[in-house]
Amino acid sequence: MTYTSLAVLGVLVAVAVDRWVARTRITSTRDWWSAYAIIVFFQLLTNGWLTGRRIVQYDPATILGDDRVVAVGGWRLLYAPVEDLLFGFGLVLLSCVAWTWLGRRRPQPSPDGTGRAA
Amino acid sequence: MSVLQWSYVAMLAFCLAGTLPLVPAFRLDVLRQPRRLALTVLLAGVPFLLWDLYATHAGHWRFDADQTLPPRIAGLPLEEVAFFVVIPLVSVLTFEAVKVARRRWAER
Repeated sequence: MTYTSLAVLGVLVAVAVDRWVARTRITSTRDWWSAYAIIVFFQLLTNGWLTGRRIVQYDPATILGDDRVVAVGGWRLLYAPVEDLLFGFGLVLLSCVAWTWLGRRRPQPSPDGTGRAA
Repeated sequence: MSVLQWSYVAMLAFCLAGTLPLVPAFRLDVLRQPRRLALTVLLAGVPFLLWDLYATHAGHWRFDADQTLPPRIAGLPLEEVAFFVVIPLVSVLTFEAVKVARRRWAER
């Protein structure tokens, strides 16, 4: 499978886990989308560093773009293949879903801070 | 060893430098829940690390030896393995900080 198809699959799986497996449904919250908006900005910067400096190099056969590492265009955004945005979305979403799911399974801290369930 | 070999480490350090200050700034208790944090890193990081191992060995991408540190784990630079710890951590810190910030906003 190409990076492109795997990246699309990664997003679908992460969303499916949020909606129907863990049922955390954070993709229905403004908290998640606000956090993602901040994260994706910094992802573009840091990923631009990794790809623009060619710390990571991609096989043109496996991405929509080619081997021209350009700032914008040719299916690249700040030097990174668009597939990286999907990869990042999946990883960040699954991280927040796992964190949220694990938080629901532990007793909620009581208002007096003793850790007993309220 | 060339300073260039720290190029990938620099990116991970930037991610941590930008998010760890959120802990005192928003009084986050994320770091006081090491078990929950470790499980989060495992649940989210491991599937993507496996994907990364597959993609690296299938030749989807490769890493510049001149801009990464010499150690390799199953063919991956140490930094690439650390990436799957750092990114879940900074994601959770940002998510929790945004939640606190939005509650404060709503209370005004």
